[in-house]
Amino acid sequence: MNDIASKYAGKFNLGVFEPLRLERPWTLATYRSIGGYEVWEKILAEKPPREQIIDQLKASGLRGRGGAGFPTGTKWSFMPRNSPQQKYLVCNSDESEPGTCHDRDILRYNPHALIEGLAIGAYATNSTAAYNYIRGEFLGEPVPRFEAALAEAYAAGLLGKNIRGSGVDFELHTFVGAGAYICGEETALLESLEGKPGKPRFKPPFPANFGLYGAPTTINNTYSFASVPTILRKGPAWFAALGPANSAGMIIYSVSGHVEKPANLELPLGIPFVDLLALCGGVRGGRALKAVIPGGSSVPVVPGETMLKLNMDFDSLKAVGSAIGTGAVIVMDETTCMVRVLERISRFYMSESCGQCTPCREGTGWMNRLLKRVLAGQSRREELALLLDVANRIEGHTICAFGDASAWPVQSFLKHYRHEFEYMIDHGGRSIVSDTLGAQAA
Amino acid sequence: MSNDSTGAAGPDSKVKLLSEGTRAEIDHWVAKFPPGRQRSACISALRAAQEQNRGYLSAELMDAVAEYLQLPAIQVYEVASFYSMFETHPCGRHHVSICTNISCLLNGGEELVAHAEKKLGIKLNESTPDGRIFLKQEEECLAACNGAPMLMVDHVYHEHLTPEKLDRILDELK
Repeated sequence: MNDIASKYAGKFNLGVFEPLRLERPWTLATYRSIGGYEVWEKILAEKPPREQIIDQLKASGLRGRGGAGFPTGTKWSFMPRNSPQQKYLVCNSDESEPGTCHDRDILRYNPHALIEGLAIGAYATNSTAAYNYIRGEFLGEPVPRFEAALAEAYAAGLLGKNIRGSGVDFELHTFVGAGAYICGEETALLESLEGKPGKPRFKPPFPANFGLYGAPTTINNTYSFASVPTILRKGPAWFAALGPANSAGMIIYSVSGHVEKPANLELPLGIPFVDLLALCGGVRGGRALKAVIPGGSSVPVVPGETMLKLNMDFDSLKAVGSAIGTGAVIVMDETTCMVRVLERISRFYMSESCGQCTPCREGTGWMNRLLKRVLAGQSRREELALLLDVANRIEGHTICAFGDASAWPVQSFLKHYRHEFEYMIDHGGRSIVSDTLGAQAA
Repeated sequence: MSNDSTGAAGPDSKVKLLSEGTRAEIDHWVAKFPPGRQRSACISALRAAQEQNRGYLSAELMDAVAEYLQLPAIQVYEVASFYSMFETHPCGRHHVSICTNISCLLNGGEELVAHAEKKLGIKLNESTPDGRIFLKQEEECLAACNGAPMLMVDHVYHEHLTPEKLDRILDELK
């Protein structure tokens, strides 16, 4: 075992990935062998006050793992749980933030943690039905795994009507999307679940008051729900102590890009970025680190030299103007052409804009065209000011956060790597990192 | 939906365009939602219809789905045109999506697209003349970033691609 691995011995896979060391971790038998469904069975047997579960979750400090980091317990507390009307729970398994690939592994390798988390969430919010919205591209492997686990849970009498004579009802259904990044936005997801195009709703009203079919609804990310059973089994204090202040617990870092060993690593929040990089074998080919997008493509890029001094937690990344987002860490080495990367990111946002708000619909395409001109050697320096101006006019002027997410990469790439854009403009489309034309640069 | 809607269909009904298997699949999804909320099954109904039609949706099939779910046709068209996994024009029966989003871009995804285009003699968004392969323009990240570069054939993921591996995958599609 090398130094870095021994430093983190005993700190891997303490949460959702706990059963991954075992055979067939996705089965009910394996999940039970690590204490799975004990929390749920205890709730069914004792029927504790719902507030007690919400308070425990609040005490744990769990923050939503879908990107925004909103405290999960607080979100659950917003539900009018004593109101007699139908209430819903919805799980967001529409994983599609570029760089993020751990919800897919939760669905494939530990679907029962998600099912138990949803059951507990349903009890805490007094909801009797839930939908797990899984992205359409997951139809091949994650969906069948989740459905098989669901069938096992029903067969074991853990779900359904009047579960084990407790008087508690909980029906859980799978829903499969059909390809749209915007459906990861919670109100767009609800629209999609209602069979409509995924166009975000105005907020307020928030889903806790007006959600699915107009009924009170709580929506959380896959990893957030799937973390709940472990937290309640091992205790909120245990979870809170794993990470630094404001960043309780562990997260699955999805490390991709220019590293020797890209991987999903479940480790405590707050570990130094240098350690995370070392655990992934360092930068590919021993090259120098250039830049990192630390939380999925929507968060601002951070220069490599800054990242090397940072810890991976909410506050540290916020302090440098970025965010931990989904925990998707995209590493770029010194050979990376930042113009080409930004053009690709901007093309993604252009393509995925739902088209509802004018600044986003028109602005994302405008930004992409301006960047294509830089790559083609047709741009002028003053167009960079225009590019930034378009980004600034999208940010904060749309119904949902997608507009911001399309603007932040542009703003941050220009802030830190403006010289690369200027160089390409001045040199007829040649990239600063190699002698190739922008369109071919690495 | 229930047999009531099909039973009430007149001579101009397009419901019969949906195979028995497709109708059973739609019924399976409708049952997950509260009564009167069959619109929620629209996405799944279109997926079933597209699979039945070997890869794309015709206007008649969309009309059939609308009729079967008792929805205005426009509500079905707007879903079919919004989501990237639906094709509303004839295309090849195997949908090949090579990811070029950021993590794949950094690992040669765009070079793989060029390789596939050259090998198949078609550009992105085109199908081979024999109707075997549709080279889909995939802008979304497919969430297998630490297996980059990757692609999806229909619903199957292939990770850690090389040009040789890509050749094999394409050659095996019948």
